[in-house]
Amino acid sequence: MSFFGFGQSADIDIVLNDADTRKKAEHKSEDGRKDKYFLFYDGETVAGKVNVNLKYPGKRLEHNGIKIEFVGQIELYYDRGNHHEFVSLVKDLARPGELTQSQSFDFEFTHVEKPYESYTGQNVKLRYFLRATVGRRLNDISKELDIVVHTLSTYPELNSSIKMEVGIEDCLHIEFEYNKSKYHLKDVIVGKIYFLLVRIKIKHMEIDIIKRETTGTGPNVYHENDTIAKYEIMDGAPVRGESIPIRLFLAGYELTPTMRDVNKKFSVRYYLNLVLIDEEERRYFKQQEITLWRKGDIVRKSMSHQAAIASQRFESSSHPEKSPTQEIEENS
Amino acid sequence: MSQPTVADTRRLCSKPQDLTDAYGPPSNFLEIDVFDPQTVGVGRTRYTVYKVRMRTNLPIFKLKDSCVTRRYSDFEWLKTELERDSKIVVPPLPGKALKRQLPFRGDEGIFEDSFIEERRVGLEQFINRIAGHPLAQNERCLHMFLQEESIDRNYIPGKAYVWECCG
Repeated sequence: MSFFGFGQSADIDIVLNDADTRKKAEHKSEDGRKDKYFLFYDGETVAGKVNVNLKYPGKRLEHNGIKIEFVGQIELYYDRGNHHEFVSLVKDLARPGELTQSQSFDFEFTHVEKPYESYTGQNVKLRYFLRATVGRRLNDISKELDIVVHTLSTYPELNSSIKMEVGIEDCLHIEFEYNKSKYHLKDVIVGKIYFLLVRIKIKHMEIDIIKRETTGTGPNVYHENDTIAKYEIMDGAPVRGESIPIRLFLAGYELTPTMRDVNKKFSVRYYLNLVLIDEEERRYFKQQEITLWRKGDIVRKSMSHQAAIASQRFESSSHPEKSPTQEIEENS
Repeated sequence: MSQPTVADTRRLCSKPQDLTDAYGPPSNFLEIDVFDPQTVGVGRTRYTVYKVRMRTNLPIFKLKDSCVTRRYSDFEWLKTELERDSKIVVPPLPGKALKRQLPFRGDEGIFEDSFIEERRVGLEQFINRIAGHPLAQNERCLHMFLQEESIDRNYIPGKAYVWECCG
């Protein structure tokens, strides 16, 4: 701010070239508000314009250079001063000089690597943003535009079920089974609990989804546990030989993909916690990690389907097209 | 043309339950009654005793049906032993009622019928909560309290496993 006389100033505006067509995704901010941001994937180009609008028309704006940066950074809340940048790209838009009128600068960051998903958590934040800066002697003028990045995966080749017999000696033996170990964010957990031995008086049973955010390394590791969901699966006292089914739809809960050791700074992992409560409110539990992954919005046709389409062109056209092997198209 | 494939949410296969398991007695039967309060002794040395009857089918208890006589201080002894030796949070006992033991009260003090009934209920709740706890069931003091005629205060505290582990 110039206190002496009317120093020229400017507003900066960053506009993406595909602002009309690009999808937006909702992302919760640190204070809990949900906002929408432009959604990008790994490898996509980030291109647009930086509009520098002079505040007082007719007056010149002297500057030390105009640039735009694309930044991906991790911010640990207990160490706010230090941002760990894992992506840092810069494009110079103008050499030091002066602007006599409002001007627009094109930029393009081609096929930018975005290796991690955007994440705002209890103790850590990972974000991507564009930052346009007009450098000046005393104070720069800058503007940031946050974007959201989603990391996509495909159906894992190996996705074994989880099946285990656990218990307390002579007291309680159960066998639990979950149909997969890796679930996508709109998936369904299908499972069952089989009672082998019940010598305690059980009142009910629930399954919880627990998110554990781990920050720090070595001796300064900190875990933050958050129970995302509690879902009662049984009310009443079971006896030996009973099987209790589990069917838990994940789409209703606020989940992120599993993030393991992101940039060696933090992890976000998910656990299923099976809890049995007896008549005296004593809790018996078994925790099991599951891997969550994000399925793409992209429709992919398998080779056999494409062959089916091709062959149908030579058949009579009264048969409706069947697509048993088609990938799901879903909206996130 | 893209049909969303629906996730398979059918139940996992499970063994049908044996009818004897379904309709037989549950393996967790445990009931303890605290009843029949009686005043014993004379004058200043009077005290109240209760019958403690346990019926169970849990294998960890040697007797499936036992009945013993206990007084309030025996319950206090059990609470102390469990607090020291086991890792459990022991539930509270009904109060000691020291005020009731002061002289010059208008009523029968600790021999008042309503007080005895209140205490009986509290002791019954206490012992049922403890006896159902898997960790408390491991303690010898609990078995002695419930199933032996008298409490040997000089006993050697320890675990009540039917078979000792070797190695």
